[in-house]
Amino acid sequence: MTARRDTVFRTRDVGKVYETGGGQVHALSGVNLDLYAGEFAVLLGPSGSGKSTLLNILGGLDRATSGRVWFRETELTGMNDRGLTRYRRDHVGFVFQFYNLVPSLTARENVQLVTDVARDPMPPDEALALVGLGPRADHFPSEMSGGEQQRVAIARAIAKRPEILLCDEPTGALDSQTGIQVLEALREINDRFGTTTVVITHNAEIRKMAHRVIRFQDGSIGEVTENATRIAPSEIAW
Amino acid sequence: MPAIDRKLLRDFRRLWAQALAIALVLACGVAILLTAFGMYRALDDTRSAYYERNRFGDVFASARRAPESLLREIGDIPGVLAVEARVTGDAILDMPGRAETAVGRILSLPEARAPRLNIPILRAGRLPESPSEVAVNQTFALANGFQPGDVIEANLGGRKRPLTITGTVLSPEFIYTIGPGALMPDNRTFGILWMRRDAVAAAFDMGGAFNDVSLSLDARTPPGPVIEALDDLLDPYGGLGAFGRDKQLSNSFVDAEITQLRSMAMILPPVFFGISAFLVAMVMGRIVALERSQIGLLKALGYSNAEICLHYLMLAGLIAVLGIGIGWTAGTWMARVMAQLYAQFFDFPFLIFRVELWVYAVSAAVALLTATLGALRSALRAALLPPAIAMQPPAPPRFRQTLLDRAMAAARLSQPTVMILRSVTRWPGRSALTSLGVALAVAAVMTSTFMSDALDRVIDAAFFQSNRQDAMLIFSHDLPLSALEDVARLPGVRQVEGQQYHSAILRNAQYEKRVPIEARLPGADLSRVLSRQGAPLDAPPGGILLAERLAAQLHLAPGDTVEVAFLSGDRGTYRMHVSGVVQQYFGLGAYTDLAYLNGLFRQSPRISVANVTLDGTEIDALHAAIAAIPNLTGTVMMSSTRRSFRETIQQNVVVMTGVYMMIAVLITVGVAYNGARVQLSERARELASLRILGFSRAQVSYVLVGETMLLALLAQPLGWALGRLFTEAMVRGFSSDLYALPLVLNTAAYTRASLVVLAAALGSVLLVRRRLDRLDLVAVMKTRE
Ligand SMILES: Nc1ncnc2c1ncn2[C@@H]1O[C@H](COP(=O)(O)OP(=O)(O)OP(=O)(O)O)[C@@H](O)[C@H]1O
Ligand SMILES: [Mg+2]
Repeated sequence: MTARRDTVFRTRDVGKVYETGGGQVHALSGVNLDLYAGEFAVLLGPSGSGKSTLLNILGGLDRATSGRVWFRETELTGMNDRGLTRYRRDHVGFVFQFYNLVPSLTARENVQLVTDVARDPMPPDEALALVGLGPRADHFPSEMSGGEQQRVAIARAIAKRPEILLCDEPTGALDSQTGIQVLEALREINDRFGTTTVVITHNAEIRKMAHRVIRFQDGSIGEVTENATRIAPSEIAW
Repeated sequence: MPAIDRKLLRDFRRLWAQALAIALVLACGVAILLTAFGMYRALDDTRSAYYERNRFGDVFASARRAPESLLREIGDIPGVLAVEARVTGDAILDMPGRAETAVGRILSLPEARAPRLNIPILRAGRLPESPSEVAVNQTFALANGFQPGDVIEANLGGRKRPLTITGTVLSPEFIYTIGPGALMPDNRTFGILWMRRDAVAAAFDMGGAFNDVSLSLDARTPPGPVIEALDDLLDPYGGLGAFGRDKQLSNSFVDAEITQLRSMAMILPPVFFGISAFLVAMVMGRIVALERSQIGLLKALGYSNAEICLHYLMLAGLIAVLGIGIGWTAGTWMARVMAQLYAQFFDFPFLIFRVELWVYAVSAAVALLTATLGALRSALRAALLPPAIAMQPPAPPRFRQTLLDRAMAAARLSQPTVMILRSVTRWPGRSALTSLGVALAVAAVMTSTFMSDALDRVIDAAFFQSNRQDAMLIFSHDLPLSALEDVARLPGVRQVEGQQYHSAILRNAQYEKRVPIEARLPGADLSRVLSRQGAPLDAPPGGILLAERLAAQLHLAPGDTVEVAFLSGDRGTYRMHVSGVVQQYFGLGAYTDLAYLNGLFRQSPRISVANVTLDGTEIDALHAAIAAIPNLTGTVMMSSTRRSFRETIQQNVVVMTGVYMMIAVLITVGVAYNGARVQLSERARELASLRILGFSRAQVSYVLVGETMLLALLAQPLGWALGRLFTEAMVRGFSSDLYALPLVLNTAAYTRASLVVLAAALGSVLLVRRRLDRLDLVAVMKTRE
């Protein structure tokens, strides 16, 4: 982590209200958060506390109802659809809990989905090699285990060399063994490319591999702690 | 290839069965559009070119005997460009090497110059140069195997004369050739003979006179006033009423065909395109629902709304491309079959029976548009799906407690039955459209089988109820009743009855119609006129019977009075009361009493036609005797008319019924198969849960098969109603002055249509059921929607 603390994301008083049939749901309120270049941040918090909502807003998948969000010098709030699409395409890599691979495409083709539209992508095979799946490039998702599928999803997320990697419960559907493989892949990328990485998890142990841990409570940030020392994924007790 | 396009192709391959089922329906639309519209244009263009090149007349008239000096006055009618007068007459032809005689229509060719109008095209040999030479129409020569140099004998004005065939020709006047008294073209027994004018004039005693005239008009002159002026000029010379191209026999048959093609091109393709659009919408709706998370993913990866919209439109586009491919192939083939059919009925010198490229382009464009419109809603929904929401599973459809639910609970229906009923009411729009598709299929089957039932009725009515004679002998001019005795003495003749023919204009207020009038002897048994109920009718003295369609056109009902202006006989105008209406499928007939009519004309009863029944063993002797009778100009052998009618019509009906049946099955399969596939996809989890809970395969299939079959059953009454509507439209479209079809729809027709469609629906869902049997329970439960 750089000493200069180069800020990638800044949020000011971000709020998110969902209008539902049963009334308003305040998913986020008054969220002020800075995320720094190259850091590995973990978001913790009880179910329904607004973690995914914030991640979606940072990734340009959703919009805040109030407050402002900046990605470096660019303000995301107030961007139109076209602008958000461009932002996602050029800067953000996503990893989701349920892998979300396109079942009719092989591992390589799933990665290619990204490299087809990105500005300066790495070759799909290189991205797959990074997550240790080089030999499985021609397999369809249905022919791979959950962990392998999630690693394909990571390869897909990093293939465009994104500045930020947003992961919503990437190990949520995995056992400890495969979960660790996935975390190692994320750590590896964070170390090698300095990609700012935000990981949502329910596994409090994972916080130990982060630079910073951000705790959520009822739609706002409870506490932010910085780890003096980080442990390797293999040391995580599941 | 970009990965997203690879996804497109793989998805398409995975969906091939559904895509094919839709593509086949779409292909029907494309093929019919191609054939009907292409052929309509081809026929219309071919005809126009032919008329133009060979200067087909605009106005035609015949008279008993008009002096050539009248031609100058005819030429002075304003708007007339050219006048061509001819001498024409009919003659019995004695055919070499055949007992059966034929009828020849003889036309004079101008002396020492080429014809100005209705110019015949020489196809082989040369035009006649001496009085004993003739050129014949090509089809007559082909049907009888004539070559230039062959000789036929004609009974010309009572004298038998050998005529040498010098050549074969085609004429714009005879694109469609049908003999006097015949119901169907028969090129073996009716031919056109072009002869030098001096020879024809001598044969029919027409020196310095003419009895047939054609005019061409300049483009700005409407035919109406010219027809009136011509009628006035010809009236003193036995004019038989001038008419325009619309009433010219050959042209009106081509017209009828063109009208039929055009209405087919207008009515049928939209139905198929409509069904295809619905099927595309249904399938694409399901695909987009299934791929919600993939759509969200693509958006998260940075694909734009437009790219995603296009992705799904292209999937529909691929279905359209498949449909267009099949439609073009089938359409090209159908157009060829059609062209062969036309070649059989219509004689054109050149063939423009080629569907033009732009018609292909239009049909493809319409098909693409159809698929695009069908997919548009789903594609837009995909494009507008907010990326964050797309990441979450869809909320389960809301089932609410309704009256139906309480009723079902009260009725203690089994759980699978409840599932079926709930699903039908949960998607009322889709259920209704599925039923509508099935109903259209029922209607299509009814329309197809109706044709053969109707034609059976026509054949029975025309040949076994009305025209029961074996032959008609047509005299050159009216003869006294005693001529019947001479006919009775001919070899092989068993029964003889006489009839007299006149031509007249019937008028009622502003409505008028030129028709042949048949004067009949009461109680005639060989040629009968029948009421709608099938009872034989006789016109009382002072009365007239009208064909149903004629009465309708003139706005007359029994009891009304009609003005009858005779163009033959004493050419007087009389008022008669309409004493009844006659069921008649060919032509527009009017019937009076023979003694009464000749009384009006102040002459003794006469006949122009003798109807006979024959002893089959003496046919050859009869033909030999007929060829020697002076006053005979024609014979119609009803047996050969019956045969040729049956053959040509039946053959066409078989083709048409086959095509319609196939279309109906394709619609049913398209609708039922896709409906069941979408249902299976939506319910895979539910059905798998039932299996895991211990329901048997049969019980689970029942849910799947039950819904489709329930909708198919519900569709039947609507199908019958639509079928009736379609057949009525068909009867109306088919009906012209030349012929009509009865609306025959019996219980068997309804039953047959329902059985065919229900069987096709059942077959389609059983195909889908096979997938249900192979359903991997574990995999289904594991996959996330
Ligand atoms: N589309 C939506 N419509 C209505 N309410 C929503 C919607 N999405 C999220 N919410 C609500 O917003 C709140 C925050 O949701 P969010 O998904 O951010 O929680 P989370 O912290 O990610 O929970 P989890 O750990 O269970 O994933 C919850 O109360 C949730 O019910
Ligand atoms: Mg969440």
